[in-house]
Parts: sequence; C-alpha cells; structure tokens
Amino acid sequence: METTSTLEKSLRFLALSLVVIFFMFPIFWIFLMSFQTNETILQIPPSIVFTPTLSNYAALITGKLTTSAGTLDIAFMRNLGNSVFLSVTSVALSLVLGVPAAYAFARHKFRGSEDIAFTLLSFRFAPPLLVLLPLTQYFQWLGLSDTYVGLIWVYQLICLPLILWIVRGYFEDISADVEYAYRIAGHSWFATFRKIALPLAGPGIAAAGLLAFIFAWNNFVFALVLASADKQPVTVGALAFVTSSGIQYGQIASAIVLSVTPTLALALYAQRYLVEGLSLGAVKG
Amino acid sequence: MTTLELKNIVKRYKTNTVLDDLSLDVADGETLVLFGPSGAGKTVLLRLVAGVIDPDEGKILIGGEDMTDVDAEHRGIGMAFQNFALFPHMSAHDNIASPLTATRSSAEAIKAGVGKVAKLLKIDHVLSHHPKALSNGQKQRTALARALAGSPPLLLLDDPLRNVDAKLRFEMRLELPRLLASQGATVVYVTQDYKEAMALGDRIAVMANGKIRQIGTPEEIYNAPADIGIASLFGDPTINLLDVVPQKDAEGIYVEISKVRVALPGMPDSVAGQSCVIGIRPESITFAKSTVKGAVPIEVEAETPLNEKTVTLVVTVGKRELLVSRPAGTPGPVSGPAFILIDGKTTFLFDKASGALIRKAGETEQGVAA
Repeated sequence: METTSTLEKSLRFLALSLVVIFFMFPIFWIFLMSFQTNETILQIPPSIVFTPTLSNYAALITGKLTTSAGTLDIAFMRNLGNSVFLSVTSVALSLVLGVPAAYAFARHKFRGSEDIAFTLLSFRFAPPLLVLLPLTQYFQWLGLSDTYVGLIWVYQLICLPLILWIVRGYFEDISADVEYAYRIAGHSWFATFRKIALPLAGPGIAAAGLLAFIFAWNNFVFALVLASADKQPVTVGALAFVTSSGIQYGQIASAIVLSVTPTLALALYAQRYLVEGLSLGAVKG
Repeated sequence: MTTLELKNIVKRYKTNTVLDDLSLDVADGETLVLFGPSGAGKTVLLRLVAGVIDPDEGKILIGGEDMTDVDAEHRGIGMAFQNFALFPHMSAHDNIASPLTATRSSAEAIKAGVGKVAKLLKIDHVLSHHPKALSNGQKQRTALARALAGSPPLLLLDDPLRNVDAKLRFEMRLELPRLLASQGATVVYVTQDYKEAMALGDRIAVMANGKIRQIGTPEEIYNAPADIGIASLFGDPTINLLDVVPQKDAEGIYVEISKVRVALPGMPDSVAGQSCVIGIRPESITFAKSTVKGAVPIEVEAETPLNEKTVTLVVTVGKRELLVSRPAGTPGPVSGPAFILIDGKTTFLFDKASGALIRKAGETEQGVAA
C-alpha cells in the first residue's frame, strides 16, 4: 500500500474507470433516453444534447400512452406493483420455508437428506420452458393459472433452491460448538436456532434473500405464460411498448429506469448490512 | 450431591469405535482429569456427558438420575470448550449471562451473577467488549466464566488452556484449583498436558483408544504406571526405557547394565529370565565416583539446563542412551567419561510383550483399572 507510486495509482484509476464505463454506459444511455422523445432518440447521429422531457414518465404514471395512432392504455404502474408484490411475497415465503430447511440440512444428517437437498437444487437445472407446458396444464386443472398464489408457487422454483443452498453453507460454517455451548447453558434448540444460528447466518440469509429477489424480479417466462395482463410483472408488461405504430423507446427506457430502481435501492440498502454482518461473522469464536 | 456415573458407554462413528465399553465414576466434588493423547476419545466422552451427542450403548447417570436420553439444556451442566466457542455476536457480558437468561432470572440477578463471576476471573473491565475485541486470555476467561455463571453442580472443561500462551497457561494452572474448589462443583477436566493433569486432578483417568487404561491419584499414576505407554506420558524429561532380562542370584533379582549389577529389590522371582523393559526416571539416576559399588560407566554426551533442573544425556558402553536429571546448581560432569548410580528401588519393570507393569511382590492392584 505505502509503496504505490503515482504512476501505479493513475494506471489503476484508468483501469477501474474503463471497467466502470464499460458496465455503466448502457445504463447511463438508457437513463438519458428516458428523458427524450422517440424523435430525438432515433435521430442520426445521436446527440447527447437535447431538451429533456418528462413526458415518458408522465405517460407511464398516468397510464396513457399517446402515439401517432392514438391513445393507448398501459398498466405499467400496476405491473410494477405486481412485480413488487410477487417478488416480496415469493422471497418471504422462500425464507420462511428455506431457512429452517437449510438449518436442518446443515445440522442433521438423516437418511436421504443429501438426496432431498439435491432434488431441491435440481429444480434449477431444467430450463423453465421445458417445465412450462406441463405446468400450464396442471395450473389449469388446479385453477391456479392467472392467480397470484399460482405465480408465487412457481416462483419458489427460482427462490427456494437458491436460498436453501446459500444459507445452508452459512449454517455449516457456524462452529457446532457455539451452538452446543448455548444448548448446554440451558436453552432449547429452538432458542439456539433463533438466538445463535439465525443472527450468525444473518449476512448469508440477507445475501441469499437479495439474490432470490433479483432473480424473481427479473423472471419473465413464468409470468408471461401463467398470468394475464393484470397479474403480470414489469418484465412482461414492457412488451406493451411494442405497439402497432412503432416501438416506444422513450417509454421503454423510463420503464427500465423505474423497474431497476427498487432492486437498486434494496441492494444499496442491504449492502451496508452485508458488509457489517460479514465482518462480524468472520470472528472465530 | 452430584456424582457422575458412566456405565458401559459405547460410541461408534460408522465402523470406528471411539469409546469402547467405558465405565467411570466421579465422586461428588471431585476433580477428575481425563488425560490422553489426541484421538483417545476424551472430547467425545465429555460431549456425551454434556448431552450434545448420544451414546450408542450404555448409561449416563448424573446425581443418580439417568440422563442418557435427557436433552443437553436439562442436564444442569457447565462446559468450557477448547476453542472457547464464544457467541461472536454477543458482548462478553451477554456471553457469560447465557446460563442465567435460560432460567429467566431477573435483570438485576443476571447483572449481579455476571459481575460476581467476572470479578472472580478478573474480566470485569471488558464485559462490554465483543469476543472480537478480547485477547486470547480474556476469551478463555470469558469462556470459563460462562461455564461457571450458572453455578452448575457438574463442570466439564475441555482442555481450556490448550489455546492460550505458555505464561497464561502457567498462571491459570495455579489459579484453577482454587477457583474450582471455590465452586464446590464436580469437575471433569480434559487435557493433553501431564503437568496440568498432575496439578489439577484429584484423580487422573488415562485414556487411550477409547478405553481407560489407568485411573488413580496423580501419585499412584506417577509411581505405579500401569504400562509402558502411561509411564512415558508422565514425566519431563521422559522416562528411560531399556530392554533387559532380569537375573536372579543369592541376593535377589537384578539386571545388568554395562555389565554392572543393578539390584531391583522387591521384584518377584518369576521375572528372572523373562524379556522385560526397565523404566528408570531421570531423577532416579545420580552421578557417582567410580569407587562406589554398582556405579555404571558412561560417556557424557550433552547437557541441557531446564529451569529448576539440569538434564544430561549420557551413553552407556553398550551405546544405550539415558537421560539423567539433577537439581540445577548441583555439580556434575559436563563431558567425557563418568559413572552413574541407578536407584533400583524406584525403577519399574514392564513385561516386554504386553507392556504391562510387573508389580513388586506383595503389591496390590490398587489404582489400576480392571
């Protein structure tokens, strides 16, 4: 650290800047697009100088899409609400089911425990399109198609294995002696789970929860097939911007900005706790 | 009244038998040291008593009650772990308080209880720290304080001094007996350090390969080790072991070392002609003048001062190496040829084939596990 020369510092700065520009440019460009009309977006050569407009956001929030062919109703805000509801509920359900299961798999080796854990992981092997067709059939028989319950259930295929396997690793990393010490001190196994295992695996649970949330949020194909317009999340809702009179790039851009915001905010918020928690967990008893 | 009784405990991991039909009684208020090399099953035994693992066979009785199927939290035990096993997300205070919060004591009672035991272990000034901010010694004391906080009638200490530095280990070795006595608890203490075992134990149980090889007071084990293995585990420097074949003449049983007759008073006549190993503690050997009867000629190889004693490596004419220990400051040869005297009364004879101690005529099997 102390021996870094000025040259080394500037080179490092340059390299990091290049990486940041490479990854951030598309997002930056979309951010700019969201404040432009279709006309300025499509002009050649593209220009970074333009008169910003909020018309795209206004259209999304009011739900009235004005095109050259007339006014169209879009349910973007409802889609956004659906996304939030579906993702939050799915992750919450996955945590309630997955964390105790992960603890059981980590701490108790029973007959077939590895097989069950592996089966749960294997749900992530199959491409979603492969399971969709039979799933659509079953959902129709069960009356689950186009319901929130059905979607949240299917989302467990995405969230549950992720949470189970990540959190299990964190539980396994906790020294069993620490838990034994709490048991011997006179606490029940449930108190030990609540007061020792859960807080110590906290950062892992938060990380797994965040990842599961992002996966659930970005899911497209399950919701496209299994739900209709009023239950669909933003990922499917964005299709509405491909209209008969052209593609509404401005609205798509602002829709992306709006739909990225919750995940981004959540990640930034959780990051603090992730780092804090990870440094706490790094201490060997 | 808390006695601990283990009856025919068997514990297997897959095909590996870790504890093999082990029985043990610990009397009320006694400190029993479980001593043995790593892998002997000491820690497994302690965990069985604590209730965090279950035996495959056998019974565990605490205070006369069968606790074999009772959960760990209902056994009323205090335990300190070798790796401390502190709760990293709790302050030292909350760590120590954990046995008290389990009984739903009032906040004042918890504070008073923690304060008392923290003062006893001299960690009252770091109670607000998290384990991360504690030194190794403080961690170790916090772990001990946590074990003591609930005033458990039965205390299990799993090599608590293993992970602390030598200075602290020495301090704690002096401090622990008083501390344990003040608790009045029955203590089972696991260690791999024979000095710790000798200093702390009312009785020592020597374990190897999942069995108790010998159980007795520190003196019994030092003065009558049941076999060669135990003899070489206790003592620093380690005991000298030489292959011998005892002979018998008119004066009794003797062995020849470098053609010099060393009498072994009290040995049974039956050992004559039998292949044996003689165990001679380094302090049973003294330097002598050549004129003394029974003096064995040797060559001095090297000398090491060892704090309160001086250890000399000597070689007999037959190239057998021996360690001689004498109090520091006493004169002795530094190099070259010299003579030693071996005190035949304090040596041990072991059967070479079985390694078992050959008892002197008229001695009982006292202090030796059946």
